[in-house]
This record gives sequence, C-alpha cells and structure tokens, in this order.
Amino acid sequence: MVENRPYLTVISHLVVILGIVITVMPIWITFVASTHPIEHIMDGTIPMWPGDQFFENYATVLGAGIADAGGIPVGTMLFNSLVMALTIAVGKIAISLIAAFAIVYFDFPFRMACFWIIFITLMLPVEVRILPTFAVVANLGMLNSYIGLSLPLIASATATFLFRQFFLTVPEELAEAARIDGAGPLKFFKDILLPLSRTNVAALFVILFIYGWNQYLWPLLVTTDESFYTVVMGIQRMTQAAESLPLWHLVMATTMLAMLPPVIVVVVMQKLFVKGLVETEK
Amino acid sequence: MAELHLKGVQKIYQNGFHAIHGIDLDVADGEFIVLVGPSGCGKSTLLRMVAGLETISDGLVEIGGRPVNRLEPADRDIAMVFQNYALYPHMKVYDNMAYGLRNRGTPKDEIDRRVREAAGILELEPLLDRRPNQLSGGQRQRVAMGRAIVREPSVFLFDEPLSNLDAKLRVQMRVEIKRLQRRLAITSLYVTHDQVEAMTMADRLVVMNGGRAEQIGTPIELYDRPATTFVATFIGSPSMNLLEGTVAEGGTSVALVSGSSIGLPDPRPELAGRSVTLGVRPEHLTPTTDGSGMTLRLDLIEQLGADTLLHGHLDGDERRLVTVRLTGHFAPGQDAVQVAATNAVHLFDPQAGSRL
Ligand SMILES: Nc1ncnc2c1ncn2[C@@H]1O[C@H](COP(=O)(O)OP(=O)(O)OP(=O)(O)O)[C@@H](O)[C@H]1O
Ligand SMILES: [Mg+2]
Repeated sequence: MVENRPYLTVISHLVVILGIVITVMPIWITFVASTHPIEHIMDGTIPMWPGDQFFENYATVLGAGIADAGGIPVGTMLFNSLVMALTIAVGKIAISLIAAFAIVYFDFPFRMACFWIIFITLMLPVEVRILPTFAVVANLGMLNSYIGLSLPLIASATATFLFRQFFLTVPEELAEAARIDGAGPLKFFKDILLPLSRTNVAALFVILFIYGWNQYLWPLLVTTDESFYTVVMGIQRMTQAAESLPLWHLVMATTMLAMLPPVIVVVVMQKLFVKGLVETEK
Repeated sequence: MAELHLKGVQKIYQNGFHAIHGIDLDVADGEFIVLVGPSGCGKSTLLRMVAGLETISDGLVEIGGRPVNRLEPADRDIAMVFQNYALYPHMKVYDNMAYGLRNRGTPKDEIDRRVREAAGILELEPLLDRRPNQLSGGQRQRVAMGRAIVREPSVFLFDEPLSNLDAKLRVQMRVEIKRLQRRLAITSLYVTHDQVEAMTMADRLVVMNGGRAEQIGTPIELYDRPATTFVATFIGSPSMNLLEGTVAEGGTSVALVSGSSIGLPDPRPELAGRSVTLGVRPEHLTPTTDGSGMTLRLDLIEQLGADTLLHGHLDGDERRLVTVRLTGHFAPGQDAVQVAATNAVHLFDPQAGSRL
C-alpha cells in the first residue's frame, strides 16, 4: 500500500528517528565516555562530545588492561571470546548439518527416537543443566581451556531442527536425480545439499556467533585462569574492581571493543544473507 | 543401444500395498514405449523400479541382457527426466548437464564435447551459463532432456515430462522429444496420462489399470481391437459408447435394451443368445436421413469447430449416455437424430469386460 499523505510521512519519520535515537544514544554515550580521561566522567556531568583521549584509552585497554581487574589486556579477552564464539558457531553448524542429513535422508533403526531425543534437548539450555555440565567438564579436566568454554555449548538442538525443516523442503527428486547421476550420499551432501543450505548456514552463523559471543554465565564458571577470560565476563569484573572506583573510561572503551566483532559479523554476513534471499532457488 | 525386458515384475510397498501385480514387457532396441493409465495405476512405480529408485519386490528387470535388479541407478545405464525436472538449482545449465559425467570420471574434453553437442541439438547454447531459475518452463524441460542425453544411456525414462507445460508448448515438445528419440534411437519408457501424447508418441502402448497391464500393442491395435472395456474406454476421445444387448439368432446383429438393433459386420453365430456389451466409438456412429437407425434424444451439443459432439441417450434406454462425433457443423434446433453404426463395433463380455 502506497499512500501519499504528508502528515503520515512526517509522523512515521518521527517515529523512526525517535527509535534510532533511543537505540543509538547509549552507544554514543559509551563511545564519548571512552574518549575522555577519568576525571571528566567522575565530575558528575556526562560529556556529550568526544574528548581527546581516544588513542590513549584504547591503547591502554588493548595492551595492558586494567591493573585492578587482573591486568589482562582486552586484546587477549577479545581473542578468547572470538575463539569461543567461532568454535560454538562452526561446531554447532557442522554437527547439526550432519545430524539433520542423517535424520532426513537415512532410514536407520530408531531414527525418530533419535530425532525426539535431539528435540527434547531444546528444552535444556545451558543455564538449566549448568551444574551437571560443570561437574562433567570439571571431571574431564577441561576447566580453563577453550574446549571447556565451547564444547558444552555446542550440543544443542536448535540448528539441527532448523536444518531438518529445511532439508524436508528440498524436493525428493533432487536426491533421486543425484543418485542417477552417480552421486553417493556424501557427494550429494557436499555438491547439492550444502550449496542449497548456504543462506541458512549464513543466517545461523550470525545468530550462533552472537549467542556464543554473549555467553556470560558459563565462562564465568569454567575459567579461573585469567588468560582464558572472555570479554563479556571481563567487563563485569572491571566494574567490580576492588577498593577503588571503576575506571569508567576504560570500561567504556572495552565495551566498544566488545561490540565490534558481532557488528562486523552481522554486516559481512548480511550481504551473503540478502544475496541468498534474492536468488530464491530450489 | 539396448533391449529392456521386464519379467513378472511386482511391487509391494513397505506398508503392504500391492502396487504392481506382475508385469511382463519386452522392449526392442530403440523402441518408444508409452505407459498410460489412470492416476494411481502404478505407472510411476513401474518406471522407478526400472530406474532403480524403488526396490523390485519380485521378478526381473534386464537392460541390454543384464539383470539390473540389484544395481544402483547410476550403474544401470539409464537416464531419467522428472516431471518437475529436478534440475540442481545452484548449478549452471552447463554444470547440470555435466554433473553426472563428472561423477563417472569422464575426461574433461569429452564432457565438454558431449554437453556442447547436446546443447546444440536442443538449442541451449545461449543458455549454458544460466541457472535454472533464470529459464522458462520449456527451457528447463530442455535442460532436463539435455542432462539425459549427455549420458548416452541405454534407456531413457520419462515420468510425465510435459505435464508442467502449457498446452501449446506441450504439443511442440512432444514432437521434439519424439524426433529426438528417433534420431538417437534410444530405447525409451515414457509415462503419461495424456492419451493424445500416448497415441502420437508411442511405438507401442502399455495400458495399465490397478497395477496390471491391460493391453500392450501399437496405438492402432489398441484403437481398433481393444482387449477390454477398460482399454476401449480409455483409448480414444471421447470415450467409446458401451451399450447392453443380446446377440440375435444367427449372430448377425445385437438387440439392444433400447429396443433397436445393430448389425454385426462379421456374423458371430457362436455367440447367439448371449448377453454382451457392445462398444461403438462416437466417430463410428453417423446420422442417417432415410429414417433407418436408432433415435438419439439429444441432451447437449458441443461444437468444436471441425467436429461436433452430440450427447444424448437412445430412445428406450434412459440410463446409458451415448456420444456421437460428427465432422463439420450441426444445425441446432433438433432434439433427436437418427443414427446408425458403421462397421466398427466391438463385443465384450459384460461381466469380465474382455473382448469376445
Ligand atoms: N511409497 C509408497 N508407499 C505405499 N504406497 C505407495 C507409495 N508410492 C505410491 N504408492 C501407491 O502405489 C500406487 C501407484 O502409485 P504411482 O505413483 O505409481 O501411480 P501413477 O500411476 O504414477 O499415478 P499418477 O498418474 O497420479 O502419477 C498408488 O495407489 C499409490 O498410492
Ligand atoms: Mg506418477
């Protein structure tokens, strides 16, 4: 519906602008705060325009970290978060693609039972099963390791379920044509199913990367060694520095840095995502 | 180049449904066989068993003298064209055609030669770099054909390949497929439920009904001497008229329940006194002007331009609908005509439906 009513246009623009201001304002304040020396923030008025400490603050944070909060450079934390988020996203996608392929295209005993067992785990997010999971990880000696950070979060059903639904929409004749063309199951998976799932994979990657990046409770539990801290839990520790006021300007700089990778992933993958949506095929 | 033999082929689906009840068929090298029949009679099932996409519950399928029951589809030396074409959506036309050859390890230049040759035959050269979603329905159909041709198979299998096209394109592609098949001389099995397609394309037809082959023969054989009432009504459009009657003394005519009688061109004294189903095609009933023949009370007149269809019932028999096909126009305004049967009449057993 295209309507040409001027006041409607004005109102809808106002609503959009208001929405943007509400969303962007905190980020702007965060950014501004990250460019000032600590005194400017502590004197009670919040500055509205960037200060001159941009390079100093970010260099401190990236290189040295905050002494009171353990002194781990944010660079290390960012790297830890990245490893965790990537392992979770890639691991989840790989496992669920294969699991969904097995469930949809192979007729093995207890196939539906397998599906339902996977499905039921949907109801058990990390937070619910956190104690037993922690016990298992601790017993396996995986505390303070990348495996301990990511492996327990990889096992979940959402992606398997989504890929199963997608595979069910792929026409059966495609698999039959491939069989006649001499493609075995693995070749069919690699040459036909995977390329067709490209857009789904991209969308899921975005979601899962952010899911992994934003993990808070689990890293807090399994890491005691500072060199394995992730950035999201790191920020929290900075605000609770012992016996001194939080160094807000550095916290804000860290926050800005922590926001960056998810934004990059969304922007980069969005292109692929939209491209896939435009070329509707199947 | 190969013969295809089916011997007592049966299909029982996993749920216990008996879809094919033993079919025997010998297809000569280069022959074009069309499987026709109503929906659900097992045409696709039979074709898919030959392709290797369905297991064969009983019987034997031989391609080129080699039993293929246990072979994978890729090893049977067949190519199949699907109803929805089943082109790989993410591959270009070229790759769609080349994929099967690549999987078989055919050398690159050989693949290229074959794909270009097929593209030449099917006029697909300008489209080789497109994806399936950038093609029209007819072009997709051609690509599906191309994918089958490049494999240079022993047997072509088609499952209603034209049913997704509009009427005009269907006629055009029908001619094209037939011409192509002649030229390549590849043994073909073709499934359709369009009987015009069946009649025009087939060297021989297999009319299927409920998982059985009712009759196998050339289109003209089936038209002229249908073996059962099912074949009689299935082949030919509009369908053959079936009328109840009794063969008269001496076997020279059949007395119909309507009271009138139809003469038999070849006297059948051995059937005298027997009740029969008499079949006569709409085009073999002609109006008479001399007052002889049967009175047909008209219910509906369909003017097709070249032909006219008269629908009605015979005076004295309200139950059976009778259709007459006339060449040319028909002056409206009459509510009854006199019609007589020309020489082509068929006699069937009223219970078994088999030809007498
Ligand atoms: N996987 C299956 N399991 C059980 N029964 C099946 C299966 N596939 C088909 N059938 C049954 O087998 C019969 C033959 O099916 P088939 O697909 O061969 O029919 P068809 O002649 O090709 O019909 P159409 O003209 O509608 O395509 C049908 O009654 C169908 O219900
Ligand atoms: Mg079918």
